[in-house]
This record gives sequence, C-alpha cells and structure tokens, in this order.
Amino acid sequence: MGGGRYTVLFPTTLLCVPGPSSVKEAVKSQRPVNLDLRTIKLPITAYTSILHRVSGVILFIGIAVLLFALDTSLASEEGFARVKMYLSSPLVKLIVWGLLSALLYHLVAGVRHLIMDTGHGETLEGGKQGSKIVLIVSAVLILLTGVWVW
Amino acid sequence: MVTNVTNFSRSGLFDWMAQRVSAVVLAAYFIFLLGYLVVHPGLNYAQWAGFFSGNLMRIFSLLALVAVSVHAWVGMWTISTDYLTPMALGKYATVVRFLFQAACGIAMFAFFVWGVQILWGI
Repeated sequence: MGGGRYTVLFPTTLLCVPGPSSVKEAVKSQRPVNLDLRTIKLPITAYTSILHRVSGVILFIGIAVLLFALDTSLASEEGFARVKMYLSSPLVKLIVWGLLSALLYHLVAGVRHLIMDTGHGETLEGGKQGSKIVLIVSAVLILLTGVWVW
Repeated sequence: MVTNVTNFSRSGLFDWMAQRVSAVVLAAYFIFLLGYLVVHPGLNYAQWAGFFSGNLMRIFSLLALVAVSVHAWVGMWTISTDYLTPMALGKYATVVRFLFQAACGIAMFAFFVWGVQILWGI
C-alpha cells in the first residue's frame, strides 16, 4: 500500500522538526509525529498515494463480491448461468468496472512502488513524473476495460 | 502504554517485504485470470470449472489467497495506524484502532476459509 510508512515522497509521519515551541519536546524525544493532512496543500504525489490507499480499501471490500461471484459461478451450471445473467445488467457491469478500475489503478501504482524500490524515480521531480505516468497509464487501462465490460 | 504491537512481525522491514512479495503474486494471478477471461469470450461452465479444478490452478489460487490475506492485513494495518490516531479520534483512538484491525483480521480470515471452500468444492 502506498505512501505512509515506506515512501519519502508522501510520508504521513515525519520526524519532529523542532520549532520554537516544540524544541523542548524534540530534545526529549525524536518521536515521529502525525501531520494533519487537512491543513496542508497536497502535491500530485499525495493524490496518487491516497488513491492507492482508497483503491486498496475498495478491493478489500470487493473481495466479498468477487468470492460471491466465483462461488456461484463454480457451484453449478445454473449458478454459472445466473452470474452470466447478472453480468448483463448495467448496474452489475458498473460495479464490476468499478472493481476492475480499483484493481488496475492499485496494480499500476504498485508496480511504480516496485520500480521505486529499485532506486528509480525517487527524487522530487521523479516522483511527480511517476505519479503522472501512473495516472495516465491507469486511465488508459480503465477505459479499455470499460470497453471490454460493455 | 504500549499501543503499536499489532503489526505482523514487530519488524517494519519484514512487513514491507511481505507486502512486496504478496503484491507480485497477486499481480501475476490477476493478470493471468483477466487474460484467460479476455481470450475466452464465450466461456461455458465446463471450461470454467475445469480451469479452476486443475491442480496447478488450485495451487496458484491458494497461493493468491494467502497473498491477499497478507497483503490486505499489511495495508489495512498501515491505513489504520495512519488515520485512526489520537489526533483524529482523541483518547479512544487505541480502542477504535484495535477493534478496526480485529474486524479486518476476522473478515480476511473468513474470506480465506470461504476461498478454500470454493476451490475444494468444485
């Protein structure tokens, strides 16, 4: 899952930077503090990171939907036909497309993390560039998937 | 008071590695699955059941189930420790976070058992 603990581009926890009022505490302990995300302007890297997290949570909930579809479709011939029938409804198509979109975005952003783990795109400029590439590539894949689902 | 004991291994590095390894397994599994669906547009039940009942596919699916359990746990843990904080929730943060993490763990375990039942019920 992006952001937070493991990337320097968008940490939600930072080492305490001693300001005039917090010098005393900072001297006492160099503990990480939580940034209040509602009070700071977010860069593009923050949006791709938060989207990575949001898509992860959607997928976690979506596991139930996917397991239900897999269970029904594999249980019997009738179940398989029923899932096929469900998939012809526009609402179900929308849900499936939504889940696949979350999956594709999460996948693309995850691949970027693996690339960054090898030391590429870790600078501020590289991070912004990478975020843009993730948004563009996932948007293209999501559109193609939409065409496939419909 | 100790409030940070609920990650997998007491080692951020191990969690980091588990997240990466499980991610690669899941990426391979879903690309394979999506690829299968894309190249079989007129799929019927016999093909579909046959596809999932093969031994290799069972191993791959079970591996993906284990991977998704690990991956989801690390992810939900990360999110809960970042957002369910005393800053957001005040003095009940630890209780809320613990209950949230417990609910995630139980849900994921239930998904795992359900998945095993599906794979071995074909």
